[in-house]
Amino acid sequence: METLIHVNAVSKMYKRDKFEIPVLNDLTLQVPEGKFLALMGPSGSGKTTLLNLIAGIDRPTKGSISVKGTEITSLSETALAKWRANSVGFVFQFYNLIPVLTAFENVELPLILTPLSKAERKQHVETALQIVGLGDRMDHYPKQLSGGQEQRVAIARAIVTDPILIVADEPTGDLDKHSAEEILTLLERLNKEFKKTIVMVTHDPHAAAKADEVLHLEKGELA
Amino acid sequence: MKLIKLMFKNAFRHKLRSFLTIAGIAIAVIAFDILRTVVNAWDAGIEATAANRLITRQAVSFIFPLPYSYRDRIKNIEGVEQVTFATWFGGVYKDKSNFFGRLAVEAETAFDIYSEYVVPPDQLEAFKRERNSCVVGSDLVKLYGFKLGDIVRLEGDIYPGTWDFVVKGIYTPNIKNGDATQMFFHWEYVDERMKKESPFRAGEVGWYIVRIAEPNRSGDISAKIDDLFKNSSAETKTESERAFAQGFMSSVSSILTAMNVLSWVIIGIIMLVLANTMIMASRERTKEYAVMKVLGFAGKHLSWLIIGESMVIAFTGGVVGILLSFPIVQGIGEAIPKNIFPVFNLEYHILVYAFVAALLVGLISSVFPIIKALRTPIVEGFRHIG
Ligand SMILES: Nc1ncnc2c1ncn2[C@@H]1O[C@H](COP(=O)(O)OP(=O)(O)O)[C@@H](O)[C@H]1O
Ligand SMILES: [Mg+2]
Repeated sequence: METLIHVNAVSKMYKRDKFEIPVLNDLTLQVPEGKFLALMGPSGSGKTTLLNLIAGIDRPTKGSISVKGTEITSLSETALAKWRANSVGFVFQFYNLIPVLTAFENVELPLILTPLSKAERKQHVETALQIVGLGDRMDHYPKQLSGGQEQRVAIARAIVTDPILIVADEPTGDLDKHSAEEILTLLERLNKEFKKTIVMVTHDPHAAAKADEVLHLEKGELA
Repeated sequence: MKLIKLMFKNAFRHKLRSFLTIAGIAIAVIAFDILRTVVNAWDAGIEATAANRLITRQAVSFIFPLPYSYRDRIKNIEGVEQVTFATWFGGVYKDKSNFFGRLAVEAETAFDIYSEYVVPPDQLEAFKRERNSCVVGSDLVKLYGFKLGDIVRLEGDIYPGTWDFVVKGIYTPNIKNGDATQMFFHWEYVDERMKKESPFRAGEVGWYIVRIAEPNRSGDISAKIDDLFKNSSAETKTESERAFAQGFMSSVSSILTAMNVLSWVIIGIIMLVLANTMIMASRERTKEYAVMKVLGFAGKHLSWLIIGESMVIAFTGGVVGILLSFPIVQGIGEAIPKNIFPVFNLEYHILVYAFVAALLVGLISSVFPIIKALRTPIVEGFRHIG
């Protein structure tokens, strides 16, 4: 398998007032295309930070990251935003749906930025919602859905632009066992059936077991 | 779906808050409209003046009369075209609350000089012919139902006794802001009776109205008139009708200034109200804006989203305010006695001011939330609590 993500000697420091908090320390990592990778580690070890860097929503203090040959660490803000819109799908612990939009509209949101016609957008959205099993809940608002359903809408939103990479930050962290299982099965399917590369942060060993590989992060370094 | 849909949905996400903000803007627009209309109504008196008319009055005070004999002497001054005069009659029509201007005038010349008060020619002839007749304004006709041939009875106070006048004409101003609430009758008729009843008050007029050929010579001609009566027992003060009206207004000018300032203060307050709403709304949406940035939305998209939301609220408030202003200002206009503000109209330009102000407020209120939304890094947005 070809390497999709190169993380090269990346360090990340946050500045709080006068203090510099080192979060990631000279970290190097490669993720092959098509991999389902799980990141585990204690709270505060830098998992979310690493995921954000890979997904291009934050920048490293040192080092570089490239994804599918694009060095995202040297892109301008605008270029990076475009790259994110095309290449990455995001799944968060707390779903982060827009409460005033229906399931359909939430999934459609990233497509507004594309040149797709209304009919094409509709088709994409319906397909995505059908993949996550919510073809019959398109007109529901987030508050009319269960947590597991909301997370499935979020996954539909993540895949609707057909990105090569999906990042998920504790996607089952807020769900009951049954819903968590559904989400994991769905992610597995996206990986196996739709060949998406997935990087998933999780606390849950059961969730991690679904992945091809599990990496442990400890105080900003891979253990 | 388009971003504009999200914009509208955002604007009405908190129904009560949006409603209160819109109500606040609407009330402010109404208050603005009322204040400006009052200021305008005062100004209307000044605007209705003519540039080619001078007022000659007693130098010490307006309330002291001038001799009738001045008439011809003024008329002989070079540059003077026509002279007429008027006397404040006062009196009571039925009840003290029926207050409107009653003036004893020179019938022959009055409507020649006050050419903006249009009387049909046959009525004017009838008025000139009959010494006990009067001409009333079209607003008085509406107010009291006067008809041609009616007798209007006044109880005199400055000129004691009972006075009956036959309505022979109805005048209508042909200028914007013209005062249609006055009643004119023959000075000669009044003076005749004074000769009999209190001869020492006969032959007096209130003030002269002088029409000049060249308005730009008003200063020069005013000085000539006043020079003519220097060192006499009744010295005069002559000024343009506009200066006269402005002088008359100066007693209320500080109130007008205050109203003017207040009308803009009100706009400032709604700015704070809307800005506060927008800041609260944007703060609550910090995380959503971060999500949208993650999805690839750029600063321009978020800026439009926020401006749009602010404008939707400002626009709605502005429109509601303007629509309500019409009946409210009209109601106030009807409640205020006609003689205080002969003209009390909600003018087009006031509405435009109010509406543009509301939209500007919408624009400005979105500035801070936009800066905040654009400057907050995505990761900070996600860490935001609330
Ligand atoms: N934006 C930030 N500003 C300051 N400190 C941060 C920021 N993001 C994360 N941190 C700090 O970095 C460390 C790692 O955070 P994070 O990557 O969220 O850990 P994890 O996801 O493994 O729990 C923590 O100590 C956290 O407080
Ligand atoms: Mg985390």
